Amino acid sequence: MRINRLAAATALVSVLTLTATACGGGSTSGGGDNSSPKTLTYWASNQGTSLENDKQVLEPELRKFEAQTGIKVKLEVVPWSDLLNRILAATASGQGPDVLNIGNTWSASLQATGALLPFDDATFGKIGGKDRFLPATIASAGAAGKAPAAVPLYSMAYGLYYNKKLFDAAGISKPPATWEELVADGQKLTKDGKYGLAIEGGNVSENVHHAFALGKQHGADWFDAAGKPVFDTPEAVATVKQYVDFIAKDKIAAPGNAEYAANQSVTDFASGKAAMLMWQAAGASLKSHGMNPDDYAVAPIPLPAGASGSKAVTSMVAGINLAVFKNSKNTDGALQFVKFMTSNEEQIQLNKTYGSIPPVKDAQADTAFATPELKMLSNVLATGAAPLPQVANESQFETLVGTAVKNLLAAAAAGKPVTEDSVKAELTKAQQQMPAS
Amino acid sequence: MLKPPPSFLWTRRIFLTLLTAFTLTPVLVMVSSSLKPLQDVQGPFRWIPSELTFRPYLDIWSTVPLADYFVNSLIVSVSATVLSVLIAIFSAYGVSRYRFRGRKLFTVTVLSTQMFPGILFLLPLFLIFVNIGNATGVALYGSRGGLILTYLTFSLPFSIWMLVGYFDSIPRDLDEAAAVDGCGPLRTLVRIVVPAATPGIVAVSVYAFMTAWGEVLFASVMTNDTTRTLSVGLQGYATQNDVYWNQVMAASLVVSVPVVAGFLLLQRYLVAGLTAGAVK
Amino acid sequence: MTRRRLGLPYLLLLPALALELLIHLVPMVVGMVMSFKQLTQFYIRDWSTAPWSGLDNYRVSVDFSAPIGQSLLNSFWVTCLFTALAVGFSWLLGTAAAVFLQESFRGRGLLRTLFLIPYALPVYAAVITWSFMFQRDTGLVNHLLVDQLYLFDEKPFWLIGDNSFTALVVVAVWKTWPFAFLTLMAGLQNIPRELYEAAAMDGAGVWQQLRKITLPSLRPVNQVLVLVLFLWTFNDFNTPYVLFGKSAPEQADLISIHIYQSSFVTWNFGAGSAMSVLLLLFLLLVTAIYLFFTSRRRDADA
Repeated sequence: MRINRLAAATALVSVLTLTATACGGGSTSGGGDNSSPKTLTYWASNQGTSLENDKQVLEPELRKFEAQTGIKVKLEVVPWSDLLNRILAATASGQGPDVLNIGNTWSASLQATGALLPFDDATFGKIGGKDRFLPATIASAGAAGKAPAAVPLYSMAYGLYYNKKLFDAAGISKPPATWEELVADGQKLTKDGKYGLAIEGGNVSENVHHAFALGKQHGADWFDAAGKPVFDTPEAVATVKQYVDFIAKDKIAAPGNAEYAANQSVTDFASGKAAMLMWQAAGASLKSHGMNPDDYAVAPIPLPAGASGSKAVTSMVAGINLAVFKNSKNTDGALQFVKFMTSNEEQIQLNKTYGSIPPVKDAQADTAFATPELKMLSNVLATGAAPLPQVANESQFETLVGTAVKNLLAAAAAGKPVTEDSVKAELTKAQQQMPAS
Repeated sequence: MLKPPPSFLWTRRIFLTLLTAFTLTPVLVMVSSSLKPLQDVQGPFRWIPSELTFRPYLDIWSTVPLADYFVNSLIVSVSATVLSVLIAIFSAYGVSRYRFRGRKLFTVTVLSTQMFPGILFLLPLFLIFVNIGNATGVALYGSRGGLILTYLTFSLPFSIWMLVGYFDSIPRDLDEAAAVDGCGPLRTLVRIVVPAATPGIVAVSVYAFMTAWGEVLFASVMTNDTTRTLSVGLQGYATQNDVYWNQVMAASLVVSVPVVAGFLLLQRYLVAGLTAGAVK
Repeated sequence: MTRRRLGLPYLLLLPALALELLIHLVPMVVGMVMSFKQLTQFYIRDWSTAPWSGLDNYRVSVDFSAPIGQSLLNSFWVTCLFTALAVGFSWLLGTAAAVFLQESFRGRGLLRTLFLIPYALPVYAAVITWSFMFQRDTGLVNHLLVDQLYLFDEKPFWLIGDNSFTALVVVAVWKTWPFAFLTLMAGLQNIPRELYEAAAMDGAGVWQQLRKITLPSLRPVNQVLVLVLFLWTFNDFNTPYVLFGKSAPEQADLISIHIYQSSFVTWNFGAGSAMSVLLLLFLLLVTAIYLFFTSRRRDADA
């Protein structure tokens, strides 16, 4: 009796386990089909001022698409806090949307899963060709030498926002072009409880974005040609030290910045507590914090004196890519939708609304993007921006290096000395935690 | 009982005052911050808003679909609570009143599930739900049903364990008296045991409700925009570019009012056991 | 009675058993299987094809000479200390509050409701408020400690650095003690009044009654309560996640966040599962020891 029950229980467990494992993932053959040609599911990321705002922006466009093609698009705006987990669940189960937005830095990681439809030349042909896009944005859509895993949708670059009034008051006539100038200006501006620069030191991603662009200027690449992590080279140490020194040595950023992770640096800039801010597309936020657009201007992020060529990088290629799930039951429709979203008309409309820059070259010519701020940033994107390392372990890189910088900033803010040795030790620790592959 | 000595009264007074301050400070911060314009919230802290505004209480409804999230949370939490407590009552009654083979095994197994780190079985559970959906057409993934099932099992082990304790403390004489009156086991449970254990059942219900009400991790993976619950939905006030602190606080207060009111109604049952237990 | 209805107890247990099996046990078995696989993003799409890696995931996790093992070990100790403090204080506050509210006085009902408020607020809302209060430059905590009480010369950080551990414990206690209070309050109702009356007759004062009657009578409730508080606090994910975001400071790197980092953020579920299994084994061990000792003491007392 007892043994029987035990056997029955064991059998039940194994049956359930089998159901879980047997069809554990998406179909192994991996092909999509066109079995449901009249509907699409689209996961959009949160680009506007709120989830509801995104819906209001996108719904009319989706209705336009339905009128053109007869395909009904079911929209879900997924908050950033959930997006990666939702994509993970979709990838593991094969139950996901047809089309989705991804952060462009995730491209190579997601490409490695094989869940996204590769955009080879034939596929690009269906959506109007690869040449329509800015090369830097294509480079941020997947590992080099492989068909991109997505297409660029919204693009952005970092710029140096500076407060014109505070600059005037300190007798500074133009924004700094080199780091030496930035530090000198910053020190002039740092007085009476105000600071020269605001940084978002508790935000791991922001730290990495800056460490990356600064690293390019120092010749630090973070990964070698074989894709192995090299986080603690002398160049990388110099990079991170320069960034941490804004608090530690130069003292042009407030110690409190070390814990900022909820965009307090934008608030500080908007309220005049800090005179400079390195940010992407801050315009809308600054406005919502009550800053008059005439009070600030944007310049490129400084370079080391005399930098040129591959070292003249001032920004990562920031942005959002649009991807298609391989398992889609309506691959043709999904591609039609990608074509629609990357059409000149939609590119102008959507990027204008979100304050970003169209990765589609023709769309950039529109007058909406001719403001000084956006013109400057488009120029950075075209000539001075590089994509974050497109490796499968990008998210580990981002977490580990970003956290290392965060720890160092915390130490600096607490008044502990930050030396080359302490920076190197943190970076070595980060590197050793990278997976072997 | 003797009249308590002054030392006891003073200790009580001081302790309760401090504890109230500790408990309520964050709540007062929420109230005060929810009445400030966004610029002021992010400035240096002050208790009394320099500029009083009720805007946040209007804006919360249009920034995120708060009403929908609230309804979802309510449906999920209430269903999970009712089911969980019902199932726990039956199980606890079985364990408390019967001696049978496998009793110990059952208790230990159920108890041990309380230790499972959620991280370990989140992904497998998700895959199982998807596969059940594919095999039977019952959509558990993304539905409220899946979330209800998940949450009810979260609170089940502790509920059973607590209720076994409460049931054990109810004298068997009562059961036997009921049996003499011709009550079957289920009638005994409903008529005698449940009323006598009311405080325990209420405590367990509150616990089950709050477990479901506050859970973040599973909800973030298992819901979509039509089934999203509050605990995840409130994060919508922290957007890519801005954190609407004043709206987060306003929304949190608004959704908590019904829950606190519910507690208020329930709390007298927490002590009602006094009379029920007095039969002994 | 028990003889006659042999099937009934099983029938009573069936729903609970079936659900626990479906939602907890089977997924956990699957999770354990995953821990022996090299389940990275390359294989997540169909995890049955992921190569077996034997004990590799475990070996990496417990190699305490390498950074991955070291940080796991650090996280483990942080979690142990955190759990001890958070459970200790929550239990203490809960017991004290329950005892003080046992006798009726004016305002008792109001306090009883107020004390449950931390429990009624959605976790996200409560913890985000604390993180708001703990901000260095604009938060209430420093406003109170530095500007009004002059306890420190310079504003300390609470969300980064050494103090982040203190901040975490404070938030956890704030959030947890009402539950201890609720449970113990219900437990107090089951103590027969006659016991107190008899003791009072013998001349026992309030404090003595507390020691001789109240606390011993609460022992069965406490046995469950402390264990459950321990398990939750040890596995707590929501509090650190909302307080610190995705990267907690080393000093407050709780194990659940650490495992989340090692699996969900980086999509390496083999390693994450292995760490979870180790955690589970530890919790099983502690629980077994705890139950062994508390049950024995209880038997000895009886």
